[in-house]
Amino acid sequence: MAKKIMSVDDSASIRQMVNFTLTEAGYEVVEAEDGQDALDKLARASVDMVITDLNMPRLDGIGLIKAVRSDPSKKFLPMILLTTESHVDKKELGRQAGATGWIVKPFKPDQLLAVIKRVLG
Amino acid sequence: MDPQKQAYREEASELIADMEDALVELEQSPTDRDLIDRIFRDMHTIKGSGAMFGFNNIATFTHGIETVYDLIREGRIKVSGELVSLTLAACDQIKLLLEDVDATGDSAHITEISHKFAAMIPSAEPEPSPVALEPEEHGEATFRIRFTPKPELFENGTNPLPLLDELRDLGESRVICHLDRLPDLEALDPQKCYVYWDIILTAKISESDIRDVFIFVDDISDIAIAQIDSAEELDDYKPIGQILVEKGDLAASELDAALSEQKRLGQVIVEKGLVPESELESALTEQEYVRDMRLKRRQVEASASVKVASFKLDSLVDLVGELVIVQARLSEFATRRGDPDLAALAEDVERLSAELRDQTMDIRMLPIGTTFARFKRLVRDLANELGKEIDFTTAGAETELDKTVIDKLGDPLVHLIRNSVDHGIELPADRRAAGKAEQGRIHLSAQHSGAYVLISIEDDGRGLNTRAIREKAIAKGILAPEAQPSEKEIFELIFAPGFSTAENVSAISGRGVGMDVVSRNIEALGGSVEIQSQAGSGTVITLKLPLTLAIIDGLLVELAGNFFVLPLGCVLECIELSQTDVNRAHGRHMVNVRGEIVPYIPLREVFSLSGEIPESEQIVITGIGDRRVGFVVDRVIGQHQTVIKTLGKALKDMDGISGATILGNGTVALILDVNRLTAYVEQEELSLTG
Repeated sequence: MAKKIMSVDDSASIRQMVNFTLTEAGYEVVEAEDGQDALDKLARASVDMVITDLNMPRLDGIGLIKAVRSDPSKKFLPMILLTTESHVDKKELGRQAGATGWIVKPFKPDQLLAVIKRVLG
Repeated sequence: MDPQKQAYREEASELIADMEDALVELEQSPTDRDLIDRIFRDMHTIKGSGAMFGFNNIATFTHGIETVYDLIREGRIKVSGELVSLTLAACDQIKLLLEDVDATGDSAHITEISHKFAAMIPSAEPEPSPVALEPEEHGEATFRIRFTPKPELFENGTNPLPLLDELRDLGESRVICHLDRLPDLEALDPQKCYVYWDIILTAKISESDIRDVFIFVDDISDIAIAQIDSAEELDDYKPIGQILVEKGDLAASELDAALSEQKRLGQVIVEKGLVPESELESALTEQEYVRDMRLKRRQVEASASVKVASFKLDSLVDLVGELVIVQARLSEFATRRGDPDLAALAEDVERLSAELRDQTMDIRMLPIGTTFARFKRLVRDLANELGKEIDFTTAGAETELDKTVIDKLGDPLVHLIRNSVDHGIELPADRRAAGKAEQGRIHLSAQHSGAYVLISIEDDGRGLNTRAIREKAIAKGILAPEAQPSEKEIFELIFAPGFSTAENVSAISGRGVGMDVVSRNIEALGGSVEIQSQAGSGTVITLKLPLTLAIIDGLLVELAGNFFVLPLGCVLECIELSQTDVNRAHGRHMVNVRGEIVPYIPLREVFSLSGEIPESEQIVITGIGDRRVGFVVDRVIGQHQTVIKTLGKALKDMDGISGATILGNGTVALILDVNRLTAYVEQEELSLTG
C-alpha cells in the first residue's frame, strides 16, 4: 500500500511541487496549509510521515513538531523540516523539538525523494 | 512558462499585495508584532519558493530584506517610515523580477535598495553563503563503519534500517548486527534501541559521503568510520587480533595475554569473555571480506580470466616455433618448385603462422605494473626505517614484457631500489644542507624502444662518488692502482663481483651480494645495465631488456656466405656503404647518414670472416634508445620470423651472439646481440679518443 505523506506549507506553489514529486514517486499525499491545519488533519487521519515548512502563520513548523511529539501515539512519526540555509540555528531548534531530519531549501525533487527514502525506507 | 513557475508567479503576486497592505498598516502602528510576522513570512516565502522555481534574482534580492525583518522580529531593528518606503520600493522591483525567470528589473535601483538594507544589518551578523560542491570522483575503497545509536534513537521518529539500506545501495557490503547489549526480557524497553552495527562497505566514495548518510542521526549515535582497504592494496590482510584492537573492542595488553596461550586466538578471546561473540564474528567477517577483495584484485591484476599453468604456455610457444620453422621450409620449397598454387598456399600458411605467433607471444606479455605495485610499499617501509622522506613515482606501468622476463626482473629491481633509498637519497637534514628539498624523489619508469624495453630508476640523491669507488676498487684488487679509468668505466666497477661501496654495511643493502648479481641476472635475460650519475644531484640506472625470449621478427642478412639475424625491432634503415665512403672516413668506422655521423661495426672483422669483400656493402642502421650504430654486411636478404634457439653450454659465452635460428632450407643463422655489439663500438671509440 502506498505510504501516505503529509505536506505542510503555507506556500501553494511549494505544496504543489512537493505533491507532484511525491505522487509521481508513488506516494499518497495529504496537504495542509499551516501547522494548525496539519494538527487538525492529523487528528482525523494517520500518515506515515510529515514534511513541514518552518515559517507558517498560526502554528509554525517547530510548534507543529512539538505538538505532534506530545501525543504518545505519534512519538515515533517521522517528521522532516524544510528550512532555508540562513536558518542553521532553526535546524537545531527543530532537532530539539523532535524533527527526524531536514531538507534545506532550495532543493531539487530527487533530493527530496532521497531524504524521504533515508527516513522512510 | 511551465505550470509550476506560473503557480509561483501568481502566489508571489498575492504575497506582494498582502505585504503592501501590511506595510501601509505598519506605518501607522510600527510595533504591531503580527504585522511584522506577516511581512517576514511573505518575504520568506517569496524568497524560498523563488529559489525553488529558478527565480534566482528574486531569491538573492529578497534575502537581505528577509534578514532585516527577522532582526525586527527579534527587536534588534526599529521600524521607521524610511524602512516602510524602502520595502515598498523593493516590492515594486520584485514585481518586475517576476516577469520572467531571468528578469533583472531595474538593476541600478535594485543594487541601491540592497545596499540600504545591507547597511541596516549589524556587521556581527555572519552571512553563511551556500556552497555548492561538485561531486568528486573517488577511487574504490573499503570502509569499516560502526554505527552505535543511543537508546533514545527512535524517539524523534528515526528508523535505522533505511540508513543501512542506503549504505548497501552505495556498493558491496556486509552488515553485522551486535545484540550483546540487549537486556533480559523483563528489563527490555521496546521503545529503546539496544543494538549496534558493524558495516563493511566497498564503493567509490569518500568518508564524508558515508557521514552524509548518517547526517540525521549523528547527534544521537556514535559513528566511527575507518578506511581499511584501497584499490592499490594487494597484500594479505591483518590478523584478527589486530583488527579487534584497532576497533577498540580489545585492549592491546589483553591481546598479548591471549596470544601467549597458544590456542586459537578467537577461542581464547571468547572463552575469556574479552569481547562478545558478535564482535569476534564481525572482525572475522571483515578479515574474510577484505582478503576476498584483495584476492579478487590480485586475480584481476594478473588480468587473466582463465588461469593457465605457465609451462603449458611455454610448450605452446615451442610448438609455434617449430611451426614457424616448418612454414619457412614450405615457403622455400614453394619458391624452388615455381608452382603458383603451392606458392599461394605457402603464403597463406606464412600469414597464419605469423598471426598465430603474435597471438601466442601476446598471451605471454604482462604489464610490468604488477611488479611496480610492490615497490611502493618497499620504498615507504625502507624510508620510514631510515628516517628519510621519499616521494616514489612510477610511469609506464602498462608497458608489456614477456612473463619470463618480468618474473626474473623482480629481484634485480628490488636491489636497485633498495640501493637508491639507502645509498642514493640523503637524510632530510643533509638534503637541506645541500640546498635540496627535504623530500627525496625516486622515479621508476618503463618504456618501449624497438625490440627492447628500457626500465630506469632515477633518484635525486647524492650520486655516485667516483673517488670512493676508485679507491675501494684498488683496495679490493679489482682495479690496478696505476689505471686511469674513465668515469663510465668507474661506474661499471660497481658491477664487479664482491664490490660494495657502503662504508657501513646497513641492514638494508650492502650485504655484498651487490650489483654484480643484478648485472648477471639482467645479462642472463639478454639485457644490459647502464649507469649515469652526477655527484650531488642523482643517479639514473637504466635496464635494457629484450621484449621477448622466444620468437622475434628478424632481419636476415648474409656475410661471407654465413647468415645472421638482427632483431627487426631495433633496425631503423639499410643503406649502402661504398668504397668511397670508407676512404673518406680515414680509417674511422663512421658514416655520414643525411648529415648525422653514425659509427658502424665491420662484422667481417669482428667475426674474423675471410672471403672477398663485395664492391658495395650494406649497412644496417640500428637504434636502441637514442644511440645509433650501423652493422656492415654483404647483403640484406629480408624479413624473417626468427625462432630463437639457445646456443647450448659450449657456446653460451660467445660475445655478440645471443642465439641461433633455423632457416627454411635447414641452414643455421646466428642472431646478433645488437646491445652487446653496440657496447663494443663504444669501447673502440674510447680507445681511439683516449
